Amino acid sequence: MQRIGVFVCHCGTNIAGTVDVAAVAEALGHEPGVVVSRDYQYMCSQAGQNMIAEEIKNNRLTGIVVCSCSPRMHEATFRKTAASAGINPYMVEIANIREQCSWVHKDMAVGTEKAIILARAAVAKVNLNAPLTPGETPVTKRALVIGGGIAGIQTALDIADAGFPVDIVEQKPTIGGKMAQLDKTFPTLDCAACILTPKMVDVAQNDKIRIFSYSEVTGVKGFVGNFDVTIKRKARYVKEDICTGCGLCTEKCPQKKIPNEFNLGMDNRHAIYIPFAQAVPKVATIDPEHCMMLKTGKCGVCSKVCGAGAIDYKAKDEYVEEKYGAIVVATGFNPISMDKFDEFAYSQSKDVVTSLELERLMNAAGPTGGTLLRPSDGEHPHTIVFVQCVGSRCTACADKGKEYCSKICCMYTAKHAMLIRDKYPDTEVYVFYIDVRTPGKNFDEFYRRAVEEYGVHYIKGMVGKVTPEGGKLKVQGSDLIYGKQLHIDADMVVLAAAIEPDKSARHLATMLTASMDTNDFFTEAHPKLRPVESPTAGVFLSGTCQGPKDIPETVSQAGAAASKVIGLLCKDKLTGNPCVAHPDELMCNGCSTCANVCPYGAITYIDKEFRMPDRTTKTRRVASVNEAVCQGCGACTVACMSGAMDLRGFSNKQIMAEVDAICK
Amino acid sequence: MQVTEYKPLIVAFCCNWCSYAGADLAGNNRLSYPADVKIIRVPCSCRVNPMFILRAFQRGADGVILCGCHPGDCHYTTGNYYTRRRMALLFSMLDYLGIERERTRVEWVSAAEGAKFAATMNDFVKTVAALGENKRLEDIRCKK
Amino acid sequence: MQEINRDTLIARAKELLSDGTVDRVLGWRCGEFDYDVTPAVFRSADELDTGFVFNIFCGANFSKYLIKETAKSESRVLVFLKPCDTYSFNQLLTEHRFDRSRVYAIGVPCDGMSDVNTLKLRAENILSAHENGDAVEIETLYDGKITLPREKILSERCRFCKSKKHVAYDELLGEEGDVCDNSRFDEVKRIEAMTPDERFEFWRGELSRCIRCNACRDVCPACTCEKCVFDNPNSGVSNKAAANSFEEQMFHIIRAFHVVGRCTDCGECSRVCPQHIPLHLLNRKFISDIDRLYGDYQAGAEVGGRAPVVNFSAGDPEPSDAVEGGANHA
Repeated sequence: MQRIGVFVCHCGTNIAGTVDVAAVAEALGHEPGVVVSRDYQYMCSQAGQNMIAEEIKNNRLTGIVVCSCSPRMHEATFRKTAASAGINPYMVEIANIREQCSWVHKDMAVGTEKAIILARAAVAKVNLNAPLTPGETPVTKRALVIGGGIAGIQTALDIADAGFPVDIVEQKPTIGGKMAQLDKTFPTLDCAACILTPKMVDVAQNDKIRIFSYSEVTGVKGFVGNFDVTIKRKARYVKEDICTGCGLCTEKCPQKKIPNEFNLGMDNRHAIYIPFAQAVPKVATIDPEHCMMLKTGKCGVCSKVCGAGAIDYKAKDEYVEEKYGAIVVATGFNPISMDKFDEFAYSQSKDVVTSLELERLMNAAGPTGGTLLRPSDGEHPHTIVFVQCVGSRCTACADKGKEYCSKICCMYTAKHAMLIRDKYPDTEVYVFYIDVRTPGKNFDEFYRRAVEEYGVHYIKGMVGKVTPEGGKLKVQGSDLIYGKQLHIDADMVVLAAAIEPDKSARHLATMLTASMDTNDFFTEAHPKLRPVESPTAGVFLSGTCQGPKDIPETVSQAGAAASKVIGLLCKDKLTGNPCVAHPDELMCNGCSTCANVCPYGAITYIDKEFRMPDRTTKTRRVASVNEAVCQGCGACTVACMSGAMDLRGFSNKQIMAEVDAICK
Repeated sequence: MQVTEYKPLIVAFCCNWCSYAGADLAGNNRLSYPADVKIIRVPCSCRVNPMFILRAFQRGADGVILCGCHPGDCHYTTGNYYTRRRMALLFSMLDYLGIERERTRVEWVSAAEGAKFAATMNDFVKTVAALGENKRLEDIRCKK
Repeated sequence: MQEINRDTLIARAKELLSDGTVDRVLGWRCGEFDYDVTPAVFRSADELDTGFVFNIFCGANFSKYLIKETAKSESRVLVFLKPCDTYSFNQLLTEHRFDRSRVYAIGVPCDGMSDVNTLKLRAENILSAHENGDAVEIETLYDGKITLPREKILSERCRFCKSKKHVAYDELLGEEGDVCDNSRFDEVKRIEAMTPDERFEFWRGELSRCIRCNACRDVCPACTCEKCVFDNPNSGVSNKAAANSFEEQMFHIIRAFHVVGRCTDCGECSRVCPQHIPLHLLNRKFISDIDRLYGDYQAGAEVGGRAPVVNFSAGDPEPSDAVEGGANHA
């Protein structure tokens, strides 16, 4: 039996004005288990807390009920008081008789009656409280960043800057991501390579950062502070530490008709290749699907020309096991496939390109050396039509497009239009749009310059059809403002394709038990207040894996994610919330229902041996809760039909006792 | 016609992060509602077992209301989605058994919606008071 | 088409026993009368010859017995499963309740089983009852021979058979049937169409007969908890006494809620209820609500997956709307 003390606070007149506090203290003194019941003017004051501590000691109390303001206000205060007097801080319950009683009721008799009932419920609960101790787990002081685009690069640099080691895992042979493929950036028109490649070099030179390029995460176990990650290092058939990146092999390789991914297939590369001149790490990679030596055993040219002796045809995929305290997801995006958008003739004409392809066509390191030429015949285009929202905001065509706004297209289209008009004043540029969205610093000014200074023709309306005909692209569209159909003979058509999360993200989310929305963007722990954390503790989000965003926004989110990681890695130990779920193994059916509803992946199953009454043993599958991961929502406790799963601090019996006390 | 105002007993389960804070805000703003409402704090609306609701009725509650964060805003991301399904099924079952559907309610109240909390409680108490005493669900052995 | 009868089943069971595939058989045993059938374990050819039956009274669903039976030994047990039993079989596998590798499942066809209670209402002092095509020939002590159309004594659940197609087996005897397009929700709709007062009176009339014998729970293939909440003093709801109050309703509501999304609608609860309470109409209400609110779902149609009640979608209807949709309110 508990020995309970009840402490009724006047809160000046805040409570005492509508609740007869002396009557409450008197009434509660008669409750079973209550050995002392007192009222006091300000319970949260030093004098009030001292009084509570004294009564705990004098009466050998095992639990206390404080009738006062909301537990959201002073529960922590009174828990400390209890701990200072030698009892477990979780043996404290608060009856909220201010916000939920004296402040909302006018009549003294009514307020007093309700306060007594609330206090009784708290006593009934504390009668069933048990001392709780939060668990502690150590923290591995190393972070993993998955994805080596601008988001991953910035996150890694910021974490390393705080002194913690970071590993970047990138599936491509080089870091840099989509930003490395861009020409200029909005709204400042500075060159993407000029601002990105120095950061890539910083990454390469930072001794706190390791790059696992051409690698994938294949397994994640553990929980916040203690992740065990398996990284697959795909065989690149070139020894990374020996290759000097001289590039001789890539010139001599006889297999040279392979579509170059970096230029989106608009020119060719060799079977051994370095994606681009500023690649990090700057080492060659053999494409096993096209290398004759790997396919037929006949060739070996690269090995012969390599002065460093870096080629290794016998290389195998390697698996590396690493431990991390925190994981940042920065898996980025891709433009959606244009295959289903036949109306724009993307697959019929080379002169219909996506905006990312246009970036390469305008880039000095691109397939045309930076001169904008029609891909079909290498001629200078005189009329270019841009189509916005191809697959974005596509509510009617969910089978081929996306419902959301891809956010960056309005701005990069304005950029493209402006750059083209600047460089080739004889080229007419038309932009078909649904809306032009320019929220961002200097964004609207930028868009207005395109229209006002550069004379780009913005047309509100959609393009209905593009037909290749006689070397031209017949563009048929509607102008909604003038209410007429337009026919434009274009030389090129540029499609602002919607962006979607990288395909690897879905599998990764499963491994991390991080949740995703229906579009496969990672879900944040709270959309407003915790935007860079995933609901899974220790997993953070950086860049477009969480939603469409531009470079400045990506970089700021990357920094925010890094600061959350640093905050976590600074701790030596993590103190958990002791109010977590725990299964009664004897009653657990092992049915997996609880794991289905757990938003944190905190529940796993183990085979456990039980001694039966007849002295035999029986092995049964039972649930096991990782207390470092469980956040204590209680979803599992209701999903559990046998009642084996219960929540500490809010147990079935405790809540039921409160119900009973209120309904008495 | 004789009019007597029935004082119903209302149990309100409030999630700690949104609705309980919303109730506190109603208090801060002195937005009054009947004292018939007694709040029980739970971490999340998904912690509320149908057994708690039936127990309350069995012990003589006249109405039970469950308040949680708005769908999509759950502190635990998905808890209230489960609540929504469970309660939809439970309430539908109670209705099927002929129990007045107005005695149960789920309402989403955010931490900023003190006014909504008070208005919801005023309305719920009024609705339940009009139904009178809960006869169909009470357990005679649990009577005072 | 090969006719599947008692002899076919026994012959196959004997083969599997003798070649060591299984070391015991879970089947139906005949009692004093042939309509008096209980589940039993057979260990030898002799036991099969003397006790095994397969007739129109073999309604019992063996799925649940596999939990205890597979835990007893590592060797395999042979089980005969009618189409509707296979749903429970899958559902239990989804919940990891038994080890599939310790079971050899033979799917057997079913034309609908007869209800002993209905039979006893139609005839007294029955000595034997045999099917003969679409008829049942009954021999009685005082009234001689009586012939009834089989459909007259078909059990409730078989009149609304949901599937004659097995969803799990190692081996199938006979030919596979089809999933039926039935009207099993008609009765639920009839109750929904009543006024709340009528519904309350209907259910009070039914549930007040409950004697809390727990037969519904004990037979239910979804009720397989290591310890039932109603037997657990720590659950706060353990109470076995019956009184003319809310107690029985609470028991049945909670029981139905605990099997929601897991109940395969096998109808065993109503079959075994000694008070003839149509308990399956509670479960069927949940099934019809799930279908209506969250899309068609059949528990046990496959192994694995998440039942609707442990799943969600962002656009689910609100509880208030969910109730509105189903019933006519006074």
